[in-house]
Amino acid sequence: MEMIHAEKLIYEYDKRDEEGNVIGTNRAIDGVDIDIPQGSFVAVLGHNGSGKSTLAKHMNAILVPTGGTMWVDGRDTKDPAELWNVRQTAGMVFQNPDNQIIGTVVEEDVGFGPENLGVPTDEIWKRVEDSLRSVGMIEYRKASPNKLSGGQKQRVAIAGVIAMEPKCIVLDEPTAMLDPNGRKEVIRAVEKLRKEKKVTVILITHYMEEVIDADQVFVMDGGHIVMHGTPREIFSRVEELKSYRMDVPQVTMLAEELRRRGLDIPRGILRREELVEALCRLR
Amino acid sequence: MSIALEHINYVYSPGTAYEKQALKDVCLEIPQGQFVGIIGHTGSGKSTLIQHLNGLTRATSGRILYEGKDIYEEGFDMRWLRSQVGLVFQYPEHQLFEVDVLSDVCFGPKNQGLSQEECEERAKEALELGGFPEKYYRQSPFELSGGQKRRVAIAGVLAMRPKVLVLDEPTAGLDPKGRDEILDQVERLHKETGMTVILVSHSMEDVARYVERIIVMNRGEKMLDGTPREVFRHYKELEKVGLAAPQVTYVMHDLKERGFDLSPDATTIEEAADEIMRSLS
Repeated sequence: MEMIHAEKLIYEYDKRDEEGNVIGTNRAIDGVDIDIPQGSFVAVLGHNGSGKSTLAKHMNAILVPTGGTMWVDGRDTKDPAELWNVRQTAGMVFQNPDNQIIGTVVEEDVGFGPENLGVPTDEIWKRVEDSLRSVGMIEYRKASPNKLSGGQKQRVAIAGVIAMEPKCIVLDEPTAMLDPNGRKEVIRAVEKLRKEKKVTVILITHYMEEVIDADQVFVMDGGHIVMHGTPREIFSRVEELKSYRMDVPQVTMLAEELRRRGLDIPRGILRREELVEALCRLR
Repeated sequence: MSIALEHINYVYSPGTAYEKQALKDVCLEIPQGQFVGIIGHTGSGKSTLIQHLNGLTRATSGRILYEGKDIYEEGFDMRWLRSQVGLVFQYPEHQLFEVDVLSDVCFGPKNQGLSQEECEERAKEALELGGFPEKYYRQSPFELSGGQKRRVAIAGVLAMRPKVLVLDEPTAGLDPKGRDEILDQVERLHKETGMTVILVSHSMEDVARYVERIIVMNRGEKMLDGTPREVFRHYKELEKVGLAAPQVTYVMHDLKERGFDLSPDATTIEEAADEIMRSLS
């Protein structure tokens, strides 16, 4: 069963001059086909302006395609009658936690989503507690969000999405503004959601280290999907990735450098244990 | 020719329920021409620290000497200090506002009272230093890509010809190539002009690759101060305060544990590769 399925997806918008007259069109997404099975963890990479955020916004119908079709859990996002169902199926988390938190107390913020869905009060509290627990923020339920660190705020934002019980969660650069610890906290929370709640996760990021556990990686450039495969396949193609302004994890880069210097090390090493094992065999 | 901080304390909202000591007895000296990295988790005091360097925030106690002069002394010219120490904030492109790139970069020197001609000359020089292509000088800054916008914003500070350039997370939100481009440009700038560069960063890998000295901040205090090798040797302590060493440093420690005869201090890919090759030969 496909959670996300797109065929020949196109998104165009008008380019305007200073007076607001249309002077042409830009094509941000150009004929994308994508299949994301239910329960999987998918990462999307791509440089600034490659179309990855535009693609993400199609997954919960913030944008609807101007050509082709996007189905979310079998629902056509172009169909106005399905709009709310689509949004309930796919929850979204954005880059800046400060723009996503509205409550003055953590638990109120998390309860805001289910309340809007008309969930009964008892059930709301149950969901708030459950989702705060799953992101490891339960001890902060009475705290004021503006006293939290970036990583903590972002986990509250994720809990707010989880409380709506989506089948799928789309994270658009959720760690871009966080320090190393905050990044780790958020990635761990996402990891846990996948395992415990079987939520489909779509992660858009500029940090290569965050995608090594993904089932599939898509690389975008100029509105197209230009690379697709497992992390190991993708990160074996160092030069190609660099041509799309991407990078590889530092461990992969070190392995590549050692290969270049003549050591017999396999391609596509992702984790430090793998590199250490490969080197131990050479001794 | 240096900046010296002597026993700097800074307390937020003193005497209220929100009183918080953001800097505690910070002492450090940055000689002219050094490339320094400042690391620390969110809330560790690094942004407060750099705001002291050009007098934007005034210490509750302690002295700051710029080129030997006490900046808190009466009659000290703060405007002059701010033209000497240029601060580039996080997401500086949010501060762009002019109709075209060149006018935006002219804003700083214009405020310094220079003529239109001088302003443009400085702006062009700064854009060139920042590696910004000339064909976009007359374009609206809002139509540029994220990385280009950031270059324009950095050029806006360079146009004041500062002796010290302070960058607060200049690569946040950029793609990997964009990060490398900005940092390579800053490095070139540092080499060509001899400018002091102070880089606040969340990326241990970047800091290890570019700077010659790292200052680690934790809970308002200076926790460590040394070369990347010296600082990342304390990776276990760094982890306790929400930081880490570059990935390659961990690989080196793992290898040493597995019996490799090598020094685990490498902090960059080059250093690590050299050391591994040496130990295998």
